[in-house]
Amino acid sequence: MLPGTRSPLAWVVHLSVVLLVLLWTLPTAGLLVSSFRDKDQIAVSGWWTALSTSSQNLVFRAPAGEGEEIVDGRYVLTGSVLEGPGGGRVSAFGFSSRAPAAFAPGETAELKDGVRLVVTGDGAFELSGAESFAGTRGQRIFYTAEVPPRFTTANYANVLTAAGLGRSFLNSMTVAVPATVIPILIAAFAAYALAWMRFPGRALLIAAVVGLLVVPLQMSLIPLLKVYNSVGQAFGFDPKSYIGIWLAHTGFGLPLAIYLLRNYMAGLPREVMETARVDGATDFQIFTRIVLPLSFPALASFAIFQFLWTWNDLLVALVFLGPQDDKLVLTGRLVNLLGSRGGDWEILAASAFVSIAVPLLVFFSMQKFLVRGLLAGSVKGG
Amino acid sequence: MEQLWTALFTIVAGIAGAALYFWGSNWLLDRVFPAHAGDRSAASRNIARAALIRPWLFLGPALIALGLYLVYPVFASIWLSFHDRGGQGFVGLANYRWLVSDPGFRESLFNNFLWLLMVPAASTFLGLVAAALTDRIAWGNLARSLIFMPMAISFVGAAVIWKFVYDYRGEGSEQIGLLNAVVVAFGGVPQAWIAVPFWNNFFLMVILIWIQTGFAMVILSAALRGIPEETIEAAVLDGASGIQIFLRIMVPQIWGTIAVVWTTITITVLKVFDIVLAMTNGQWNSQVLANLMFDWMFRGGGDFGRGATIAIVIMVLVVPIMVWNIRNARAEAGDR
Repeated sequence: MLPGTRSPLAWVVHLSVVLLVLLWTLPTAGLLVSSFRDKDQIAVSGWWTALSTSSQNLVFRAPAGEGEEIVDGRYVLTGSVLEGPGGGRVSAFGFSSRAPAAFAPGETAELKDGVRLVVTGDGAFELSGAESFAGTRGQRIFYTAEVPPRFTTANYANVLTAAGLGRSFLNSMTVAVPATVIPILIAAFAAYALAWMRFPGRALLIAAVVGLLVVPLQMSLIPLLKVYNSVGQAFGFDPKSYIGIWLAHTGFGLPLAIYLLRNYMAGLPREVMETARVDGATDFQIFTRIVLPLSFPALASFAIFQFLWTWNDLLVALVFLGPQDDKLVLTGRLVNLLGSRGGDWEILAASAFVSIAVPLLVFFSMQKFLVRGLLAGSVKGG
Repeated sequence: MEQLWTALFTIVAGIAGAALYFWGSNWLLDRVFPAHAGDRSAASRNIARAALIRPWLFLGPALIALGLYLVYPVFASIWLSFHDRGGQGFVGLANYRWLVSDPGFRESLFNNFLWLLMVPAASTFLGLVAAALTDRIAWGNLARSLIFMPMAISFVGAAVIWKFVYDYRGEGSEQIGLLNAVVVAFGGVPQAWIAVPFWNNFFLMVILIWIQTGFAMVILSAALRGIPEETIEAAVLDGASGIQIFLRIMVPQIWGTIAVVWTTITITVLKVFDIVLAMTNGQWNSQVLANLMFDWMFRGGGDFGRGATIAIVIMVLVVPIMVWNIRNARAEAGDR
């Protein structure tokens, strides 16, 4: 847009934007990469090394005699220290924690009592001694493994079942969808009245809606909690219900809904409505047949806002749905995991991505409406 | 699964109910005051009366919901702030007196002011820079999309993402957190960033700035495009440089939008709760008002009096912006 931007300056611009984009995407990318990494690898190396071979110092405890054979009068135990999938190569081994990498693969280590240990590069070990290994605690074998990059979807399978994330996903859906639809219905009618009907007090109501736009949620929590509790007590049902949270989200979302929709509807061409009125259409008919279909872009904008907001909300869900395990939404589950599994990055990373997958999908598929809604909601105020 | 059916059923029932209400009440109104009555004067009188009532039918559900969920709580909170923890006994100004002397509240207020100073300024500034830069390049749309993306991520999700960036391992072991890895690569000493009092506030703020910059960028980018070409062309003819044009010609023309972005982010900052709860839960001197309020709401069975008092403080901080917004909206309505 600015003129006079050629050669060196243009490069500076490109580089700055690349830097900005990197800063803004790297944190997310890091967690995304980690969510597909093996959990042992996450703990020992940065996600940026995910594509390179990592070396890990590990310990393997040989079985205490099971599977041993007698070869040439000596008891021999064989097996592999590299268990499980993924594999890798052993680059060094040892038999005590003081010198865990004392021997190269293929060398023979002499332990006490004439016991000999050989570990080869592919992880196979052979432990032999004059006496049976049965009854011992099992010889510990220290080794350094060169592990190739490994990617897995096991973390996701794990969190969706064991960590209760599948359940929370359903809960979030159950909260977010009705909490998006209900306010749209209510707000659309109110917005039409505020945009196209003449009645005393209209300007005051519009000002009130603008004022309510910024009332902090925190104001409402305690009084409403009290109302919910007493209503629940009076009628004998659980005050922490889905209906309760739908209505709460409706109340909190209404000012923005009414504001956005009213602004949009007020900008619709007056002639269309007047023609319809001359033809004998009532307000109700004008609203349902003309205004509502024409307002689709504004309805879509608000729907996206409200869906993102209700899906991402933690506070309202904690207060009105409660922290019980079976009612936890995704955000609440994530906070719990941060507390209880704070160091298990494979769990946290996969869980975080389960929780942000839906909003990201909505974001990238409907960005156009989101931007339009933002502009309608903000620029006009200036 | 059963739960999804319940939700689906409720949506259908809700829509049907709402449709029935709006359609039914309108039908009833047209029946009571028919527009095609016998003589002409009766008909026009009926139309006039129906026109008086109909707006309130359209507005009814919205007004009830707004009243219950937003207006009533303001007054109830004020009332509660003068009562004890259960909301029964009147205690006068005791909650406010407690508030002024409470070190936790002072810490939160101080931190909130830090947030209010830093986050709107940084987000707006970075958003403006991003908007100005991405407008000038071919792949600007892609870049904007990526910078805007964190907007879709929940505060809790963002907290997890950044906790991973700030992850700390003891000195000497390999760092898996990006920030510490960079620090170590440059020969520094790794830190447990979110546990360093005072400075940890700024590391938490980075998360919100990261989220809000995209918002600021999108709106400011639209405002920049709305600037009349002539003003810029005139500046070019006068020999102004690119940066001069940006600072002297373009920025002054979008002050209004910058103010809107600034105040919108300010409101978000005042309500920020999830980030602090997920990252530190107020430990290491990082408490903020919203989290303190949540804490009191449930601590030891909940102290509604003190919780409501903290909510009032948040509300008082919001009021100036509210008044300013209403005045703007009214001025704009007057222009139409």
